[in-house]
Amino acid sequence: MGKIKMSKKPPRIDMTPMVDLFFLLLIFFILTATFRPQEAVTVDTPSSNSNTTTPEQHVITITVSKDNMVFFNVDNGSDSAEHLRAKVLQAMGSQYNIKFTPAEIKKFEVLNSFALPMDKLKDWINAKNNTERDVMHTGMPMDSTDNQLLMWIRFSRQYYPEYEVALKGDRDADFKEVKKVIDILQDNNVNKFNLTTNLESDEVTLDNL
Amino acid sequence: MAEIIQNEGGKQKGKRRSKRHSTHIDMTPMVDLACLLLTFFMLTTAFNKPKVMEIVLPERTEDIEDAPQVDDSRVLNIILVENDKILWYNGLADPTKAALPTLTETDFSADGIRKVLLQRNKNLFSQIYGLNQDIITGKIELPRDSIDNRIKRFKREDVKGPVVLIKASDKVKYKNVVDIIDEMAITDIASYALVDINVVEKKMVSNYFAAAASGAGSNK
Repeated sequence: MGKIKMSKKPPRIDMTPMVDLFFLLLIFFILTATFRPQEAVTVDTPSSNSNTTTPEQHVITITVSKDNMVFFNVDNGSDSAEHLRAKVLQAMGSQYNIKFTPAEIKKFEVLNSFALPMDKLKDWINAKNNTERDVMHTGMPMDSTDNQLLMWIRFSRQYYPEYEVALKGDRDADFKEVKKVIDILQDNNVNKFNLTTNLESDEVTLDNL
Repeated sequence: MAEIIQNEGGKQKGKRRSKRHSTHIDMTPMVDLACLLLTFFMLTTAFNKPKVMEIVLPERTEDIEDAPQVDDSRVLNIILVENDKILWYNGLADPTKAALPTLTETDFSADGIRKVLLQRNKNLFSQIYGLNQDIITGKIELPRDSIDNRIKRFKREDVKGPVVLIKASDKVKYKNVVDIIDEMAITDIASYALVDINVVEKKMVSNYFAAAASGAGSNK
């Protein structure tokens, strides 16, 4: 038996399949990723047993923050060709005699929830960045003399009647404020709500009887 | 490392022997980047979307004739008050009658309002629970739709269970309201409604707390 000759070359592992897999996964994740834009306010939602998922598109989201500020958000439709946000903004603009430039409308389409009266909206759209925008919120006017929340909901549903309403309230928001929002929604004939919650399971059996 | 190894074997019978060494492209940076991006996308993909709890409120009707009539004895009133407390009473609070119903205090724990609701809703709850158990153990096999339909039918045919009226007083947090609606879902209450608190009940609540305060004072 002769000596076993050790190969001088270091052993080479063919990594091609691994890299292939990496790219495949990468492409999958890139395509499936849906970016959730930064919310204007962080909300700690209450938990419930409900296992229904949030509707994906055509949602009006009304957020009630911890300090009882009401934010309104409406999505842009199932694809950007619908331009629902743009239409709603234009309708609101003509209602309150505020002219928005095409650039402003375009910018508004990619923005998020807001809690501002109409006359401040222009400044909000034209703000430099989101940190600047976040401090501008003063609350949505929703009293009987100037009910802008009602108008926003009405115009949104005018362009797309099947808009679902998701109500996202903070745990510690006052129910009184949420009730106001619910009343406004009912004024708009919205009787079905989706209350955004965290999942928490809580089993009950017959033994509990 | 990952490399493309071009095999330039002698298949071409040496017509053009330009290179002896195979071209190695070092792909390490690319793979690194791919790995990084992959990790990033995996972590940012939100797999668990937020859940929602559906609630359908009755349409507003001005017409008092249209209002559903319910048997007083079936009505269970739940008044949510501040500091996560619940006061409940049976029947209707009729200001014309001398004796107002007594309020019972409880809370959101499993032994609190849930017990009260389960006790009242025993019949329907055990029906639905039995059905679900049969499905889990495989005694009966039904598609999802017909299970839902059966449960709906149980709820519709239920004539003894409570009609729960949820009333929130002024300083109640949103969390409490969601909790109580969730409690309705847990205990399979067939009919419940979110209604405004009325003057009589407001008075009852303040009386209750006044009595509790004086009771606590005399105990000292």
